[in-house]
Amino acid sequence: MERLKLVMIGNGMAGVRTLEELLKLAPDLYDISVFGAEPHANYNRILLSPVLSGEMTLNDIMLNDVDWYAQNNITLHLHSRIASIDRRARQVITEDGTAHTYDRLLLATGSNPFILPIPGKDLQGVLTYRDIGDTNAMIAASGQYTQAVVIGGGLLGLEAANGLKARGMNVTVVHLADWLMERQLDRIAAGMLQTSLEARGLQFKLSTQTQALLGDETGRVRAVRFADGTELPADLVCMAVGIRPNDDLARAAGIFCNRGVVVNDTLQTYDPRIYAVGECVSHRGIAYGLVAPLFEMAKVCANHLALMGIGRYQGSVTSTKLKVTGIDVFSAGEFNGGADTEEIVLHDAIGGVYKRLVVKDDRIVGAVLYGDTVDGTWYFQMLRDQHDIAQIRDYLMFGQSHLGNAGHQGQNSAAAMADEMEVCGCNGVCKGTIVKAIKEKGLFSLEDVRKYTKASSSCGSCTGLVEQILASTVGGAYAPAANTLKAMCGCTDHTHEEARKVIREQHLLSIPAVMRFMEWRTPNGCASCRPALNYYLLSAWPHEAKDDPQSRFINERAHANIQKDGTFSVVPRMFGGTTSAAQLRRIADVVDKFQIPTVKVTGGQRIDLLGVKKADLPSVWAELAMPSGHAYAKALRTVKTCVGSEWCRFGVQDSTQMGIDLEKTFWKMYAPHKVKLAVSGCPRNCAESGIKDVGVIGVDSGWEIYVAGNGGIKTEVAQFLCKVKTAREVIEYSGAFLQLYREEARYLDRTMHWVARVGLDYVKQRVLEDAAGRRELFERLLYALQNETDPWEDRARGALKQEFETLSV
Amino acid sequence: MSASTPLPPDAVVSNDADPAGWIVICTLEDIPPLGARVVNSARGDIALFRTATDDVFALLDRCPHKGGPLSQGIVHGASVSCPLHNWTISLHDGNAAPPDEGCVTRYEVKIDAGTVSILL
Repeated sequence: MERLKLVMIGNGMAGVRTLEELLKLAPDLYDISVFGAEPHANYNRILLSPVLSGEMTLNDIMLNDVDWYAQNNITLHLHSRIASIDRRARQVITEDGTAHTYDRLLLATGSNPFILPIPGKDLQGVLTYRDIGDTNAMIAASGQYTQAVVIGGGLLGLEAANGLKARGMNVTVVHLADWLMERQLDRIAAGMLQTSLEARGLQFKLSTQTQALLGDETGRVRAVRFADGTELPADLVCMAVGIRPNDDLARAAGIFCNRGVVVNDTLQTYDPRIYAVGECVSHRGIAYGLVAPLFEMAKVCANHLALMGIGRYQGSVTSTKLKVTGIDVFSAGEFNGGADTEEIVLHDAIGGVYKRLVVKDDRIVGAVLYGDTVDGTWYFQMLRDQHDIAQIRDYLMFGQSHLGNAGHQGQNSAAAMADEMEVCGCNGVCKGTIVKAIKEKGLFSLEDVRKYTKASSSCGSCTGLVEQILASTVGGAYAPAANTLKAMCGCTDHTHEEARKVIREQHLLSIPAVMRFMEWRTPNGCASCRPALNYYLLSAWPHEAKDDPQSRFINERAHANIQKDGTFSVVPRMFGGTTSAAQLRRIADVVDKFQIPTVKVTGGQRIDLLGVKKADLPSVWAELAMPSGHAYAKALRTVKTCVGSEWCRFGVQDSTQMGIDLEKTFWKMYAPHKVKLAVSGCPRNCAESGIKDVGVIGVDSGWEIYVAGNGGIKTEVAQFLCKVKTAREVIEYSGAFLQLYREEARYLDRTMHWVARVGLDYVKQRVLEDAAGRRELFERLLYALQNETDPWEDRARGALKQEFETLSV
Repeated sequence: MSASTPLPPDAVVSNDADPAGWIVICTLEDIPPLGARVVNSARGDIALFRTATDDVFALLDRCPHKGGPLSQGIVHGASVSCPLHNWTISLHDGNAAPPDEGCVTRYEVKIDAGTVSILL
């Protein structure tokens, strides 16, 4: 079959990213040609500032070299400008007159720097700051001349000024507005920024309009004249007053433009054969100048070019970070606020720290950070997810970092870490390794970094640190993925919530049915989506949907925990942490008979038998004659108890019995993740109820129930849900909370993750205020648990024995 | 090649290799779809995988990463994800999916009228 011809005009980051995404989806669909005006292949435009300041070279910032184009059979025309588009003949015509036919055309022409229409704008020594050519020209000029004037005190202007200063020039920044970066910063943050830039030797003229550039007899700029008549000597002038989408070609070809090539949510222009991405685009009236939205566009555009026809680009919320080494500025959203917003401000002028959050209806709508931008990505994530901050308002300002966190030497600020310090304690990845991978492989997302370095890919506790490293290495190009829109995995673009909704509404009962209905890209999913779907089906349709053992992780298939050597561990259930002489004797006999190498007491008040051969499991279970502890499952694990009022001289409630009753009611309960409970008999809380999914504390007049605690990766103190009088109420309220979690959380969410997302107020509304709803939740949980059998007992009797038997040659 | 361990009663096993060296292991039904069985052999355990399309593949039951038992992983498409650290191994050639690097020994498999044989 003849391949379609895809022509791309422009060879920048957005366009090439689109091609990369396209090649992943449909490698053989198109013959691709690329026309780039610059003599270079695709480089990382975001890192021009470090090149200008001398911290990096062009080679350091290459993303795709010419070999990449050759390897992917892309015809690359460098130094080749397209003069016109003939839409009727479906051809693009280069400046030297050759015509190239296309079936699909992709416009990725980027933007042009805006040149002030003032006398002298064409003099020698007047430069813009947009590409590697400009950067090299500035580097060359800095070696020859001494007086630089940068017109424009925005992001680009300040980076240019800082770079020229680093190259040894005297630099003055001229800015029309009353303070620097007025579109990203408020007056206070801008003032602090100005002070620290002045300390580095930069000079500023604010509220100043440039009237003309004056030249000498050789035609080179010699001075800048301002509206007030004063002059400033200059032998290099850099204009950095803004950018303008480069839509000239499209406009000349009669494609509708309005400050950019107008595209719909599929990145298609008014000519259906022509797509456009990047800074040349006007989408819903906005032209984006930052890289993160461009990459989102690239993904959607590639999907449509690949004829898949799913995915829409719906606009982006952007954030800004200044890439000047040693100065941390972050800004996002509506940082100026308005009549209906409130502000939380922290200002330490001496310490050089300023944080301002703009809040509306308990949601962050804007943020400006100066000096300490560690939590920028955290705030930005909450802004994008419209996260309810009512519960965390008290400590919001102090950031995420004060919360308990283990595994990386107590470090919470990546900037303070040396290159050889370990960031990811699970996979042994150092900061330097991550920085190197980001630069060398051109990584822009957390997913990419996880894939290439493994950092934060196991327990995830260092995710915040890795995000900080990404943000500081690629600057504004890094945008955390919006939590609310996250696809389940690479097999689909649908979210967990969408899958759950479809399963409920369409009454789907099997994994293949879900995958068909939701048009999964892979024939039978992957190790990440199949267990999730299996759980969603079982929790939505108990007793109707059939369990698929092959879609469960081995632990849940074998009903024991796989160990590093391929053997398994066995943890029998001891209700409420109580056992008996008979049980202990049987455990001892089993250990002897099956020569089990290690016996250990667990943190959940039970006994772990480690190193059991898989083939021995059914016999071990038969001889133990104890119920499964589900220590291997996303299910109810333990109910930890103290001895309580039966023995303890301080105990005010019978916590042991309460724990046994809870465990007998809820055991065999599968859930999105493991679930741990605890019951203490008095507020001394010896059972550690404060760090459990459901923690119960006995008081003289009844029981207090706490929820969504966690003692693992991130220590999270459980939040007070309610106080009840009777043991029966403890079970009903706990059950309703757990059922809500079972029905609504994403697979692999612990209760703390889920409650953090939906808010404790929502949980209270469903479990406390709506009494009828609470009883229905509890009833649904009891219904789901009805007739659920003990998996060990079944298998000890010989069920599903194929799983445990081997074959031989 | 001779069997060294006692045989489970439902395994169809023949010790008589045909002239080309094919050894009958079991029937297709003995392997769950999207699942695996372990075959004990003198060369170590071999994992026998069955895909959704009833293709059968045989790999040495040792992940090239840290020796995890691949037979215990989740099978999807023509790949298996190792249960220890989630490396994805192609059943076709035994290669780890990038960016991970590694390869595990693969054995030829044939299915004749529902009988699965491997070539060691």
